[in-house]
Amino acid sequence: MVKVLMPKGSDTMTEGKVLKWVKKEGDPVSTGETVVEIETDKVDMEVEAMGGGMLRKIFVQSGKVVPVGELLALIAKPDEDISSLLKGEGAGAKPEPAGSAAPAPTAAPAPTAPSHPVAVGSPAPPLAPLPPSEVPALTVPSPATAASGPVLKGSATPSAREPENGGRVLASPLARRMAQEMGLDLNRIVGSGPAGRIVRQDVERAALLHSAARASGPPWRQGLAPARGQDARATAGETPALHELPTLPRRPAPVPTGPEFYDEPLSSMRKVIATRLVQSKAPVPHFYLTIEVDMGRARELRESAKALNPDLGLSYNDIILKACAAALQLHPHVNASFQGEAIRYYRRIHLGVAVSLEDGGLITPVIRNCEGKSLQEISREAKELAARARNRKLNPDEYTGATFTVSNLGMMGIEEFSAVINPPEGAILAVGVVAEKPVVVKGQVEVGLRCRMTLSCDHRVVDGATGAKFLQTLKQILENPVYLAF
Amino acid sequence: MSILTYREALNQAMREEMRRDETIVLMGEEVGFYQGAYKVSKGMLEEFGPMRVLDTPITELGFTGLGVGAAMVGLRPIVEMMTFNFAILALDQIVNSAAKMFYMSGGQFPVPMVIRGPGGAAHQLAAQHSQALEAWFCNVPGLKVAMPSTPADAKGLLKTSIRDDNPVVFIESEVLYGTRGEVPEGEYLIPLGVADIKRRGKDVTLIAHSKMVFVALEAAAGLEKEGIEAEVIDPRTLRPLDTETLVQSVMKTNRAVIVEEGWPFCGVGAQIVDTLQSRAFDYLDAPILRVTGADVPTPYAKNLEHLAFPDKQRVIEAVNKVLYRQPAGGD
Repeated sequence: MVKVLMPKGSDTMTEGKVLKWVKKEGDPVSTGETVVEIETDKVDMEVEAMGGGMLRKIFVQSGKVVPVGELLALIAKPDEDISSLLKGEGAGAKPEPAGSAAPAPTAAPAPTAPSHPVAVGSPAPPLAPLPPSEVPALTVPSPATAASGPVLKGSATPSAREPENGGRVLASPLARRMAQEMGLDLNRIVGSGPAGRIVRQDVERAALLHSAARASGPPWRQGLAPARGQDARATAGETPALHELPTLPRRPAPVPTGPEFYDEPLSSMRKVIATRLVQSKAPVPHFYLTIEVDMGRARELRESAKALNPDLGLSYNDIILKACAAALQLHPHVNASFQGEAIRYYRRIHLGVAVSLEDGGLITPVIRNCEGKSLQEISREAKELAARARNRKLNPDEYTGATFTVSNLGMMGIEEFSAVINPPEGAILAVGVVAEKPVVVKGQVEVGLRCRMTLSCDHRVVDGATGAKFLQTLKQILENPVYLAF
Repeated sequence: MSILTYREALNQAMREEMRRDETIVLMGEEVGFYQGAYKVSKGMLEEFGPMRVLDTPITELGFTGLGVGAAMVGLRPIVEMMTFNFAILALDQIVNSAAKMFYMSGGQFPVPMVIRGPGGAAHQLAAQHSQALEAWFCNVPGLKVAMPSTPADAKGLLKTSIRDDNPVVFIESEVLYGTRGEVPEGEYLIPLGVADIKRRGKDVTLIAHSKMVFVALEAAAGLEKEGIEAEVIDPRTLRPLDTETLVQSVMKTNRAVIVEEGWPFCGVGAQIVDTLQSRAFDYLDAPILRVTGADVPTPYAKNLEHLAFPDKQRVIEAVNKVLYRQPAGGD
């Protein structure tokens, strides 16, 4: 008898939602087959059967959210007695509606292809999508999970490697050599081969994670708040100090051997990004308008706010968000979306804030109803959402439904860039670095503080002049931020 | 370049060489008047006459010894075995005379002869007439062993074998005699000890010789549909073995499957595994697997015979294992 439990997909995961039962009650199940798809913080995952038999009982129906470790289903031989578990563990689950104990073909979703089909040509388990939330951890599956319950493909929860195989770590000769050349500890790599043998792709994946973890800063720096370089918005306009640059490896990189590339199947986040951006760029006729804004007064505003309340941590991006909200109120035609037969003008201003994640990918949490929010409220909410975005703790309703988005790459020193519209929104503002530069004022060269912003517009909704007027207003507000006090 | 059968390519190689060098003679059972048991020597008696194309009695040990003696005194005999099953009778001359004479005479008597004929299993010929014995000959120092899979390789390797000053055991395939392929005209020589990459790939190395090359290619085509690019290497000569090409391929793919028709124990594949593990140990990501003939005398019954030799499916299964892949649709 094999229990299917809600897996712990990451350190931060406390509960998960049953998305879809791939198998229904009465279906034969073999080891390694996907039984159910679940949704964690953000990513959808497949839960595999750790043993074969028949899916005898589903305790948690699609759409339900349950804590990690909850019994989702039982796999057993068709004639095996499961009554003890039906009473015991099943009691903890929601009681089934009467009559649904027997397999109900209409209620149970028909088996469909897994949402992450493994790319042909790649071995199944090791290359399965990695839950992004656990990416920097090079750890092994929890023995408890591995022993009794389901495991996530590529899942990893922190725990020490159990002594097995007489204490010897099983690894292919190639994996051993690669790990040595890359300076990776085999003890900290999860093996996907038979009996947990570490094979090439396990080392390659570990190397990727390792470099990702290194690039996100030394461990002693993580968790210090507010850490410079950690909060995109807080540091808008600041160039990273030298000591914050990722350190280069001291010894020369080994000469790469083996194939010249490998294919990493798309994570669900990467799939969504790919789909949505193509949905945007292909059908949406983009055009771009760039304007340079004097941020001198915005700096004064920031400094005054800091003097008033050092804990507030007001960033340029917060000011830009508030200014956008104000400008959108004056230019409702930019707060709009193309709907095929109509143009929809939003009466509310929901601002999306693009947040990049350390291990790649990005997500756009939404600050709702900005038209009625003060600068302080927007600042606080933006910070809170960004932090939770990085920890993958956003609820779906917190990253959907924006009417306008602001994307800021200033902290990376980018002078200006064009962003791809996040459909169905009508426009997106791309903000560059806030930097000192020589400017000509009344025939004299002076030091000015400038920021270049580019508005990408869906021409079906926003015409050139409409976008330009919005940018003009935005510039006026940012150059006279006292407006925001009214 | 013309399209020839494997059989015609061998015939062409012998004729071209015999026209070029009058010390070359062909002898064996039915090679002359009957035109060859498998018609490989068709037309040769007519062209070269009974002094150079000799029908022998059914005495493998005798006429092989005749060949060794002729080679010692300056001829370059081609000795045809009707099949290599009968070469077992001639083993004393092959192993103890042909292979060792040059060594034991202190270099005075080279033995430039070719012992050729079909080997391996055909269809329902049963245990005594259906077996792959190449590993036996590979085991003997002093012998070279060539096993072409295509008409072009058959021609190029046979011409080189005839010109070689060492005894060459040249094992053809009855099943391949009728296969066709492009064959270069005239002077076409393939050095002994040079493998041929029959198909390029990056994910796994399939090593196969003689007709198993086609089983490997069939498996590779099946694997391609699943996105796996298999490299298929035909060593063409088993001794000397082109270890460099095999090692380079495995260094690239990190895994290998060896397909051979012969028995597993002390088989050709066992030697190749030894070479690969010692030369490419740090590049192996999985144990090397072998797909071999079953470790039994070849059954006569068709269904059992089918189970006794490697086929596409078994090769694909082995590839899945070395790739740590779940076979499609299986448990």
